[in-house]
Amino acid sequence: MTAAGNKTASGGRDQQALDAMTIRLIGAIASATRKSIEKGELPHIELPVRSLANVNYAVEKGYFELGSALKTRTLTVNTVRSFAQTLRLMAASRQMVRDNDFATKREAYYISKNWGDCRFDEQAESDAIMDDIEALASLHGLSREQLRFYPESHGGSVAGPLTVVDTDPGSGALLGIDCANLGSGAYSVPRAVEHLGFKTDADFILAIETGGMFQRLNNHRFWKQANCILVEMGGVPTRATRRFIRRLSDETDLPVYCFVDCDPYGFANIYRTLKVGSGNAAHINQFFCVPRAQYLGITPQDIIDYRLEDATHPLTKTDIKRARDAIRNDPFFASHPRWIAAIEQLLGMGVRAEQQALAKWGLNYVIDDYLPRKLKTTESFLP
Amino acid sequence: MAKEEPSYRTAYEMAGRQRDISVSEFFLKNRHLLGFDSPSKALLTTVKEAVDNALDACEEAGILPEIRVEVIDYGDNIYRVVVEDNGPGIVEQQIARIFGKLLYGSRFHKLSQSRGQQGMGISAAGMYAQLTTGKSLHVISRVKGERLASELFVTIDTAKNRPELHGRKKIKWNRSHGTRVEVEIEGRFQKGPHSVEMYLKQTAIASPYVSIHFQGPRGEAIRFRRCTKQLPPWPTEIKPHPRGIELGRLIQMLNSTRSRSLLKFLETEFSRVGRKTAQEIVSHAGPHLTERSLPRRIAHVQARSLYRAIKRVPVSAPRTDCIVPIGEQRLYEGMRKEIDADFYIVSTRPPAVYRGNPFQVEVGLAYGAPGGANLQVDAGGRIRKTAHPRRAAAATLELHGEEPAHLLRFANRVPLLYEQEGCAMTRAVLQTNWRSYGLQQPKGALPVAPLVILVHLASVWVPFTSEAKEAIAAYPEIIRELKLGVQACARKLAEHLRQEGRLKREYEKRSHIEKYLPHVGIALQEILDLTDEQRDRSVARLDDVLQHTRKVP
Repeated sequence: MTAAGNKTASGGRDQQALDAMTIRLIGAIASATRKSIEKGELPHIELPVRSLANVNYAVEKGYFELGSALKTRTLTVNTVRSFAQTLRLMAASRQMVRDNDFATKREAYYISKNWGDCRFDEQAESDAIMDDIEALASLHGLSREQLRFYPESHGGSVAGPLTVVDTDPGSGALLGIDCANLGSGAYSVPRAVEHLGFKTDADFILAIETGGMFQRLNNHRFWKQANCILVEMGGVPTRATRRFIRRLSDETDLPVYCFVDCDPYGFANIYRTLKVGSGNAAHINQFFCVPRAQYLGITPQDIIDYRLEDATHPLTKTDIKRARDAIRNDPFFASHPRWIAAIEQLLGMGVRAEQQALAKWGLNYVIDDYLPRKLKTTESFLP
Repeated sequence: MAKEEPSYRTAYEMAGRQRDISVSEFFLKNRHLLGFDSPSKALLTTVKEAVDNALDACEEAGILPEIRVEVIDYGDNIYRVVVEDNGPGIVEQQIARIFGKLLYGSRFHKLSQSRGQQGMGISAAGMYAQLTTGKSLHVISRVKGERLASELFVTIDTAKNRPELHGRKKIKWNRSHGTRVEVEIEGRFQKGPHSVEMYLKQTAIASPYVSIHFQGPRGEAIRFRRCTKQLPPWPTEIKPHPRGIELGRLIQMLNSTRSRSLLKFLETEFSRVGRKTAQEIVSHAGPHLTERSLPRRIAHVQARSLYRAIKRVPVSAPRTDCIVPIGEQRLYEGMRKEIDADFYIVSTRPPAVYRGNPFQVEVGLAYGAPGGANLQVDAGGRIRKTAHPRRAAAATLELHGEEPAHLLRFANRVPLLYEQEGCAMTRAVLQTNWRSYGLQQPKGALPVAPLVILVHLASVWVPFTSEAKEAIAAYPEIIRELKLGVQACARKLAEHLRQEGRLKREYEKRSHIEKYLPHVGIALQEILDLTDEQRDRSVARLDDVLQHTRKVP
């Protein structure tokens, strides 16, 4: 690993420019609608098709992306309700951008309760409309956070040699948060990360599946020993965490290593989602995937190399189904022979191993032995 | 112990007991045959027979009927029924026989469309009164032009089927002409489908030129107003058609004819038989009969071959101008007047023939709550909700979507309230596949819909299944005509339902649109910072655009 020096990126993306784009986009859709009406035509909005049929795995880009198929939502009997709701939600979004405010998905659902007949009956409805607007905005390089709709769940924890440059929401003053100086605690990734800036001299980012492992590494200051930034994912990473890691790695040009359980869920759900995103929300993957992510461990080969066989559990039926499905149907795994070999190896062994299995050799074996050994051969990490 | 001898009788002993059974006595023992089997039915039958007679009399005399019906409760299940009409009145000498002798009347011996056809109903009511209360029939009648009315009290000598008079006098009466019949019977006054009120209401439907005042025993006063002053023409009489004749009737006719030769007999006593046809019949009637045979002398065997000849020789179909239907216009008006519904359709079939008897079928349907979907398409192609003033609904004929349709059956304009199951009209309605006309229909039952199905059979001789005149016999020709009539109306109803359904769906779609349009306006206003006027103009414009892109069904 080369010494990266002190890589900085100040102030994040230009928040004002993004806000102006958002307002322009919403205004343009409303104008077009009004113009159609004045011309005596039925207004329509063109939205990307969000179904899986319109999702492709872009091998060279390394993530799932939305195809070019568009659906036209023309104002008719069947669509008038969702048409009105789409416009009203856009109006709400525009207002939030202007007021520098935000709404969670749940809050957006409740905003509509003031809309009379037009209100959403269930959150699933408002979520679907929101996804439509988000997909539309994504065509213009804008994410949902830009529309001021924030996810419900916050991001994971961060520790290590990193200063996050944030803005005080009250005063607007810039704040530097030193993630190496938070004692036994850690920095918590906010719901929206677009405006953050980063300063670091770390060599890499280590994304960790479990909170327990993160705590162990943080408490024993592993980040100091390895000069890295620790990020806790807590299972499948939330949007905020994914976007944070993506922006951090983009802005600071640092590699991302993933340290997760050795089981099909760890491969196909946690790691795959972080790296290439999910088919369900293909329209946002361009912002949320982390194409630079690499799989550190625990690999099936690690079970043998570190003699963890007696610390494993047999694969469940669900595990086996998930593993087979990944080999057969997942274009990401399918395009990486090394992954296919690894998953087949795991299926052949018929067992899975958790990160904590390393404790078999002592609680700090992972710090003293496993991670340093693995980090010596980063080229052997799975893609 | 003495062995008990069975009390067998000799033929002589039996002969001593054998005697005439009077018709009156027979019906005294079989009163159900005339519709007097239960107290409630007896009350209704009494009203019905009196009203039917009154209407027949008025119509035959060309008088617009004005009928008063009163039912008075005397307690202990005793009721007095009073029916008064403005008819031509009855000549005094006839009163006793009309009211005091069974099977006496003007209708039985001829073929002509009228309500009564047997001359039995009203005297049966008198007999029933005699049996249950012991009271005589009280009749007042004044013939037009006479200074005084006749008042009589009549009973029947049931053994001899002969009227007995108890007091007869001339009295002053405030009607210039008409008849009033009072009879006191054991009965029960009830509401519902077999009520006096229902019978009168249906009478008012089928004879919309009739005006009826009804005074019920619980103080209810109901007036059925006429909606037309035009009386239907009085049907012409016809002679029997050779197709419908039975051997017994033929022998009876041969015996009672005044014609002196067989040829003349055939020519004068039958409808559609001219000289040529008569000659042809005689030539086929066997070697023992000639054109000059004396009808009264024709023996049974020869009558039989004559009968065969009559059936063999082709004769043109009977005249049908002797049938007077209610008529589509009048039936429509009658239904509109008495049934609160949204859609009415009537159909009068062309006359047809069963067993040589001409008949004609009429069908009417009244569907839906008044106002229906209450939707109207205005000149601009917009659909508007309309307010519909609800008439005072007649409690007896309310239309409910969840209940089976009401079936109203009529024979020669007389409502048939009993024996619905055994009636050819019911059969024809049930055999109609209402589902194919857009209604629900449980298997083998009436359709379930807010619907009144009215069926009328007019004929010179209505083939009732019993003397109580409650149901029509199922002749295939009649069933066929009934079905065709029902189908003709049902097709129109289906068309209406489809149209209404389309309009309703379109209205629902449009109101759906209109519900959400303001929100498009609000959103545009918020995003584009429009003024209220600009917003409202955009919404109005959008409404126009949407209305124009939709077709009015």
